[in-house]
Amino acid sequence: MEHNNNLIKMANDIGAFFEAMPDQQQAAKDAASHIQKFWESRMQKALLAYIKTDGDGQLKPVMREAIKSLN
Amino acid sequence: MDTISLHDTDFGTPLRTSETEVTLTIDGFEVTVPAGTSLMRAAMDAGTQIPKLCATDSLEPFGSCRLCLVEIEGRKGYPASCTTPAEAGMVVRTQSPKLAELRRGVMELYISDHPLDCLTCSANGDCELQDMAGAVGLREVRYGFEGKNHLAAVKDTSNPYFTYDASKCIVCNRCVRACEETQGTFALTISGRGFGSRVSAGESQQFMESECVSCGACVNACPTATLMEKTVIDAGQPDHSVLTTCAYCGVGCSFKADMKGSEVVRMTPWKDGKANEGHACIKGRFAWGYATHKERMLNPMIRKSISDPWQEVSWDEAINYAASELRRIQTKYGTDSIGGITSSRCTNEETYLVQKLVRATFHNNNTDTCARVCHSPTGYGLGQTYGTSAGTQTFKSVEHADVILVMGANPTDAHPVFSSRMKRRLREGAKLIVIDPRAIELVNGPHVKADYHLQLRPGTNVAIVSALAHVIVTEGLLDEKFISERCDTEAFNSWREFVARTENSPEALEISTGVSAELVRGAARLYATGGNAAIYYGLGVTEHSQGSTAVIGIANLAMATGNIGKEGAGVNPLRGQNNVQGACDMGSFPHELPGYRHVSDNATRNLFEKAWGVTLRADPGLRIPNMFDAALEGSFMGIYCQGEDIVQSDPNTQHVTAALSAMECVVVQDLFLNETAKYAHVFLPGASFLEKDGTFTNAERRISRVRKVMAPKAGLADWEVTVKLAKAMGYDMPYNHPSEIMDEIASLTPTFKGVNYEKIDRLGSVQWPCNDETEEAGTALMHIDHFVRGKGRFIITQYVPTDEKVTKRFPLILTTGRILSQYNVGAQTRRTENVRFHDEDRLELHPHDAEELGIQTDDWVGVSSRAGETVLRARVTERMQPGVVYTTFHFPESGANVITTDNSDWATNCPEYKVTAVKVVKVMQPSKWQEEYKTFNDNQIHLATDRVIGAALSAGK
Ligand code: SF4
Ligand code: SF4
Ligand code: SF4
Ligand code: FES
Repeated sequence: MEHNNNLIKMANDIGAFFEAMPDQQQAAKDAASHIQKFWESRMQKALLAYIKTDGDGQLKPVMREAIKSLN
Repeated sequence: MDTISLHDTDFGTPLRTSETEVTLTIDGFEVTVPAGTSLMRAAMDAGTQIPKLCATDSLEPFGSCRLCLVEIEGRKGYPASCTTPAEAGMVVRTQSPKLAELRRGVMELYISDHPLDCLTCSANGDCELQDMAGAVGLREVRYGFEGKNHLAAVKDTSNPYFTYDASKCIVCNRCVRACEETQGTFALTISGRGFGSRVSAGESQQFMESECVSCGACVNACPTATLMEKTVIDAGQPDHSVLTTCAYCGVGCSFKADMKGSEVVRMTPWKDGKANEGHACIKGRFAWGYATHKERMLNPMIRKSISDPWQEVSWDEAINYAASELRRIQTKYGTDSIGGITSSRCTNEETYLVQKLVRATFHNNNTDTCARVCHSPTGYGLGQTYGTSAGTQTFKSVEHADVILVMGANPTDAHPVFSSRMKRRLREGAKLIVIDPRAIELVNGPHVKADYHLQLRPGTNVAIVSALAHVIVTEGLLDEKFISERCDTEAFNSWREFVARTENSPEALEISTGVSAELVRGAARLYATGGNAAIYYGLGVTEHSQGSTAVIGIANLAMATGNIGKEGAGVNPLRGQNNVQGACDMGSFPHELPGYRHVSDNATRNLFEKAWGVTLRADPGLRIPNMFDAALEGSFMGIYCQGEDIVQSDPNTQHVTAALSAMECVVVQDLFLNETAKYAHVFLPGASFLEKDGTFTNAERRISRVRKVMAPKAGLADWEVTVKLAKAMGYDMPYNHPSEIMDEIASLTPTFKGVNYEKIDRLGSVQWPCNDETEEAGTALMHIDHFVRGKGRFIITQYVPTDEKVTKRFPLILTTGRILSQYNVGAQTRRTENVRFHDEDRLELHPHDAEELGIQTDDWVGVSSRAGETVLRARVTERMQPGVVYTTFHFPESGANVITTDNSDWATNCPEYKVTAVKVVKVMQPSKWQEEYKTFNDNQIHLATDRVIGAALSAGK
């Protein structure tokens, strides 16, 4: 559980960087690519699983977009 | 063995460079030298060594001993050749009966006040006074010892590494000049006058009580036995010398290991070493005794559980046990349940092998290195903006800087030799901007003052960088030409629009940063318009939740002002450990193969697959903090940890130890039973840098050789251990020598294509990129005509305050750092006399906070955060700003990392060591963690000292 909260926090930290970009569509793509490039599959899966059960309400909008392309 | 000459040629005065050359005649021979060269040096070029005492080529000439006199046709008198520059057409004589008489007279005076104990003197065989007596043909001394002399002067032995024997001093002033010019500490003076004059440290203090930082420059410069290494006094003069590289910090100083058989007698900084040019600091110069310390663990050991006593076994037994355990774990928990970590203290070849072991043998990408916790944001930030993860300049480039911006780095303590080079430039007049929460030494040092000190609140680097950018953009200080030619226009325009916003103005950000807008504006103007401007930054930039963003911001500043691709400018990460650069280059990160190529890149993977004969994974592996999380979750159960003490160095100690305790096989390879080894099941003894061959890459991308000067004390060099482990796991790595590993790296990595041992041996060092397109010695200056990625990419850097905020409960900010005499977790330096300079980690706090909390220097204080609590002794100091406290983490029992949290950089998970909200209270006893640590530690030491010798365990639980 603590681990999941940590993943949400990490995802939102990434979001905080990308949400400042002017083109939010591109930003969502870049954020998704960041996760694909740097997160090990266990972390990606855990985040997706968490969102599946608990929803993406805790995520920043740009990350919600980003996560969609990870599915 | 590759030995080199014990004694370097001394040209008497420094090398001059000049466009103009002058030709003159010396002793009938014509010689041509750059204008400004001294007659003494010109004579050396012509093959003549003029007698000298006060001159040496590392120091500006002084002209005091009058031994180097010459005759010049058409001039009266006998000028000193060390202070007289060569002029075109001069006709110089270095020998004549009159000169000989004068020189003998000078020597006679010196010797009449010098003990005649040459036979028993520690400098016997390496004394310039002795040599000069021989050179001038001194045969008699008419003045006896009856007159006034200094023969009874008392020896100062207070420094642990060298002695000062005033009776032997000839007052040549070399030591004083070395301390000023080479080191920049100004600790020595000549006190008294005329005959009474003597060298003195500080105000006639003992060396240990003075400002002296024990760099050894004066000892090196001293022509007599007056300043002498204690190891030479004990062991006698060395018989051979081997070139090697310091195993401490990222400056990567070159040393001559002066040897007697297989015993190191002295480490002498190598004057042709390009990183250090003959200088050193206390660590590399003197703190190498740990290599033969009695606590070295010299036998492999295994145990089933960490509560069992260790069993001493053979190498094969230990390695087979580790291999079978790691395989068993993979069978039980899956391929991805194990991984490996290397240290930046390991050589390039060693780190390369460990990542190869992980990728080719473990069949996953769970490899990481301690750069994760220091400079991983540099990799990300510079990679994104410039296209490569490395500093842009050589250290020498600082000689051309007009403005030096130091951010989140304390080179005086952490990169001392570079700091000396930088201070020399500052004394010549370069301007200095310091951005740091603490008043570091550079802010107000001897003969060095910061023009601007932006004393920001910890955690606000990005705000400051944006504010600087705002001033540059809105006050018209951009280098438009550079930007339009060299950078991506669209990205630049977005960035310009972003930083120009009022919310990014120094005035708007003042409230966050705590730095007055006027200061920020002044600093920005100076940086943008002061000439060549160079940025040097350290862990105070990277170890934050926005570490990567700050690196990007710094890269933006340099592009915006055109300070890239030329001498005296650039962006320079000051790397912490000796081989951080190398460990990153070698593909130690879980997402990258050697040469910074992502594992998902098919072409690169195919290349390695073919060379290694395996299939490689295209998905990134776990980073160190992710490994801990996965361990606690039960999916990461085994680790091979080479040379890195994650328990002491990584944040949130209790989280780390819980993770290690959850694992079923922890393999530690180290010199000592370090903190991590206390949680290990297999201990493999490591080899010190003196016991193996390899290379280190310093912060300038300079690859230098580490050379074996003695056999590995435990029988195997570290690379051989990795090879054995791979073999035991069914994978062959058939290397006979580390040079073959480098050949493999070169064959697979375009930026290393031209690197090989033969070339490094020949040239001293090379700098990557080094291949067919570069000079033979590689690339000194990067991004000259274009960025590695093509166009430079500006990226928007939005300041996001860290979640680690001060609260009622935790009202102060703790930041962490290093001091000069100790290195990182201190495993090496704590086992040397360096503890005499720093024997415990202290909590520094500002007098205001101290008063409010009722704390005085030396009081015990409890420091607690949401992660944990520890107790340290306090030091009240004005160096801190109110609200901010500081400590180092060199001693395990201080538990500095018990308090740091697992908050980390958004891009790389580099921990936020520099910002932790804490509470500080005066206490009477150690913290609960410390008590538990003591019990645990005592028990673990007991389990190691009472180890059982013999029978191997069978694998499996
Ligand atoms: S050891 Fe270094 S700091 Fe100390 S007196 Fe000598 S030159 Fe100066
Ligand atoms: S201590 Fe050595 S270097 Fe210094 S003045 Fe005396 S002889 Fe010269
Ligand atoms: S610790 Fe750093 S500065 Fe000191 S000698 Fe070693 S490499 Fe040089
Ligand atoms: S060496 Fe020239 S005066 Fe001393």
